[in-house]
Amino acid sequence: MTSSDTTDPTADPDDEGFGLYVHWPWCLSKCPYCDFNSHVIADPDHAAWARAYVRELDTLAAMEAMDPAAPATRRPLTSVFFGGGTPSLMAPGTVAAVLDAAARHWPLADDLEVTLEANPGAVDRARFTALRAAGVGRLSLGVQALDDAALRFLGRRHDAGEALAALDLARAVFPRVSLDLIYARPGQTPDAWAAELDRALGFAPDHLSLYQLTIEKGTAFFAAHRDGAFALPDEDTAADLFDLTRETTAAAGLPAYETSNHARPGAACRHNLVYWRGGDYVGLGPGAHGRLGGVATRTIAAPAGWLAQVAREGHGLQARTPLSPPDRAVELLMMGLRLTEGIHAARFERLSGLPLADALDPAGLATMIDLGFVTRDGPWLRATAEGQTRLDAVLAHIAA
Amino acid sequence: MTDLSHIRNFAIIAHIDHGKSTLADRMIQMCGGLDDREMKEQVLDSMDIERERGITIKAQTVRLTWQAADGQTYAINLMDTPGHVDFSYEVSRSLAACEGALLVVDASQGVEAQTLANVYLALENDLEIVPVLNKIDLPAAEPERIKEQIEDVIGIDASDALMISAKTGQGVPEVLEALVKRLPPPQGEVDNPPKALLVDSWYDPYLGVITLVRVIDGTFRKGMKMRMMRTEAVHPIDKVGMFTPKLVETESLSAGEMGFIMAGIKSVADTQVGDTLTDDRKPCETPLPGFRPSVPVVWCGLFPVDTSDFETLRDSLAKLRLNDASFEFQMETSAALGFGFRCGFLGLLHMEIIQERLTREFDLDLITTAPSVVYKMHLTNGEYLELHNPADMPDPVLIDSIEEPWVKATIIVPDEYLGPVLKLCTERRGIQLDLTYAGARAMAVYKLPLNEIVFDFYDRLKSISRGYASFDYDMDEYTESDLVKVSILVNNEPVDALAFVAHRTQADFRGRQICERLKDLIPRHMFKIPLQAAIGGRVIARETISAMRKDVTAKCYGGDVSRKRKLLEKQKEGKKKMRQFGKVEIPQSAFIEALRMKEG
Repeated sequence: MTSSDTTDPTADPDDEGFGLYVHWPWCLSKCPYCDFNSHVIADPDHAAWARAYVRELDTLAAMEAMDPAAPATRRPLTSVFFGGGTPSLMAPGTVAAVLDAAARHWPLADDLEVTLEANPGAVDRARFTALRAAGVGRLSLGVQALDDAALRFLGRRHDAGEALAALDLARAVFPRVSLDLIYARPGQTPDAWAAELDRALGFAPDHLSLYQLTIEKGTAFFAAHRDGAFALPDEDTAADLFDLTRETTAAAGLPAYETSNHARPGAACRHNLVYWRGGDYVGLGPGAHGRLGGVATRTIAAPAGWLAQVAREGHGLQARTPLSPPDRAVELLMMGLRLTEGIHAARFERLSGLPLADALDPAGLATMIDLGFVTRDGPWLRATAEGQTRLDAVLAHIAA
Repeated sequence: MTDLSHIRNFAIIAHIDHGKSTLADRMIQMCGGLDDREMKEQVLDSMDIERERGITIKAQTVRLTWQAADGQTYAINLMDTPGHVDFSYEVSRSLAACEGALLVVDASQGVEAQTLANVYLALENDLEIVPVLNKIDLPAAEPERIKEQIEDVIGIDASDALMISAKTGQGVPEVLEALVKRLPPPQGEVDNPPKALLVDSWYDPYLGVITLVRVIDGTFRKGMKMRMMRTEAVHPIDKVGMFTPKLVETESLSAGEMGFIMAGIKSVADTQVGDTLTDDRKPCETPLPGFRPSVPVVWCGLFPVDTSDFETLRDSLAKLRLNDASFEFQMETSAALGFGFRCGFLGLLHMEIIQERLTREFDLDLITTAPSVVYKMHLTNGEYLELHNPADMPDPVLIDSIEEPWVKATIIVPDEYLGPVLKLCTERRGIQLDLTYAGARAMAVYKLPLNEIVFDFYDRLKSISRGYASFDYDMDEYTESDLVKVSILVNNEPVDALAFVAHRTQADFRGRQICERLKDLIPRHMFKIPLQAAIGGRVIARETISAMRKDVTAKCYGGDVSRKRKLLEKQKEGKKKMRQFGKVEIPQSAFIEALRMKEG
């Protein structure tokens, strides 16, 4: 089995897909590890948000259509991803309105993937059913841990029982369900993580996102960690946990197709593959990033500021930055090597305008190949399993 | 021209933070030298580094005009002297320009080693010492105890010490009065041929070199052809004048006065501290005594992090030397670090100052190698050479004998910390010459090899005494010693910039320590790295840096890419700050940090 099989049987080096990311910034509470653009609100004005999303999407689509670099015929939209924040708090009508608007602007791929992130604490059957009816086909459930003490440490509003109930419900309603777990938590031993991961695999998911806990600036954990309130596992333990995760998921039939993502063959998240393969995506909502024809877009992050500008100008864009070929090349390297399938040289050159060889430091690459962290396999440049574990260092060596 | 009887020239001797600058500021204010608006904290120390570190590097003079109680007006010249052991020669020349000195002692802290050294310099120059106890307004002040200490430790009468608070101004007019009454007026003959002591000099980009002088005899005026007797250079005088502290041009400078002379001099290397100035047409007979050309005692390598900065470094060093002729530099090639310069300094502070100025004023990123002293090598073939760089040490079989420089160090410390201080001196091969007590403080005098103190001795001393120990040293003699070169191998390759010279009895221990330190300083690589210390072919210590096992960003999706790309670019930028040795990257700071010894 080649590694491209493990990600997506339709992987085609001429097509990365085309996605729409929708950012919902609201949560019921802020988790201490989260550095995403999320804010706490009791009762957002759902109608206003729905109007603003549709308005911004209309504007962005018109901009894309006017771009001389845009394809002559509108390409099909292959994925939509509602992220946040806690998008399971969105009114199902808002989700439907965004999807309807998207369908007005782009042809929808037959196998359009629509993912929505949900928190176990903020769901019930009626809501799930309504979201499914609105068009959501894939639910990404932020379970984070299967241990009550760990969930409290992570500042989650749910306990393990609620998480499992939400999981059961999700599987009953949505054709595809993914679980998020956070591991390498303070004091977590390889044995404890192995047991937790086995339990998660016991629910027979077809997709798992397994993230090592990292401390980000601007979070409550940042200050607590700095002040010694807790310590993360050391490098060797973190490496053991990472290796253990890869071995266990592979043995269970969900090998890693990306650094932190594991799926049964064909069950990879197609939307995220757009990012990692360097495809175009529209970024909608406050603080959303987009990539369209080599231009990076970024909207105003503050929800109120975004709403106000959309009302005034039809979009919340704060910056449109053309990316130079070297910038694009670095992004493609950083993103592409996260994938088990690696980077396809032809795709790389088509998207960045630079031959892959020109984006690589020959000496650094040779060293990384010698040490067994990177391989060349025909058109593919790949990080090996050992290379994945040290990918940031590998990138620093091989990027020209 | 002021009559000699109405001139007083004085310096202030004080330990850092005992209030020298505050007192000077207060006196300038009281004599109307600057109005309140012009007063900024610590008027005298004009370089950023001087202000931040609370030290004086360049001498300065300020002429104060004081209406004394006797109804007469006096010109009182304040000579602000450098206050650090590295500049003890410069200090001695500044003091030689004065007839008296205020000994300012913090009324709760007492006398420190550095103060002591400078008081002795003042006494050698026959200065009248006026003890002043500062900060008497603080609750912790113990003036009687400190007076006793001054008498015990320094051996001068402190019964009529002045009690002041430079901060509040209390007692400051009495200080000015005491200068008038207790200091002798300068000696000198206005009618003799001009003769002046060159106290210091600096380079001003607009005015050229400004020399600071104390006129002994005669008069210097504009247009006169001035001769510097040691360097034999002759320059026509453009301007003379004094500082109030503002620069004020005058017609002339005469016997007893202090001020500046500008004479179209291009480089301070032509103006050596301690030189004698005279009239080229009508010279004085003999130069002033006490002149000594400056000799660097501590050497280190300075290398640009970015090899393309080599020429910038050369230019920057040349520019700094325009203003400070006491440091030397010569090109050096290191297999590890490429092209750079071997630089010689008057001492450790001097070295730090130059490094800091290169970084700050010239925006250079530098790799500094371990400081080393000058060894005198006698070879078996009869040749003699002075070794400035451990990497250049000849093969041991060619060496007949090596001499190393020693210093005489004075340490003053509260007796509760004496034990660890004595232990430290012993560890550093010190030989005790004297140990005396005055009150609750001990004064230890040691002979120490300079190479044992050039690096972190002072830091260690401060740390084991909680900052209470004060330390000063004088160069002593060269003595034959059993020294070896220790090489450091990183990933089996010797790194010349890490080689050092140690006494044979200390080589194993130091080699082990450096390997342990490097293990912490060199980040994990993608492969394991052996570290070794060796004398010739014999390995005396080894450590291993294990390979990096994990370094990967957990989450990376669409929104993160730009930020992550910038992080990667920063990381690559950071790698430039590392030096590549074979396959190993060593952070630039490691070359110095590796030498820093652990506690114990």
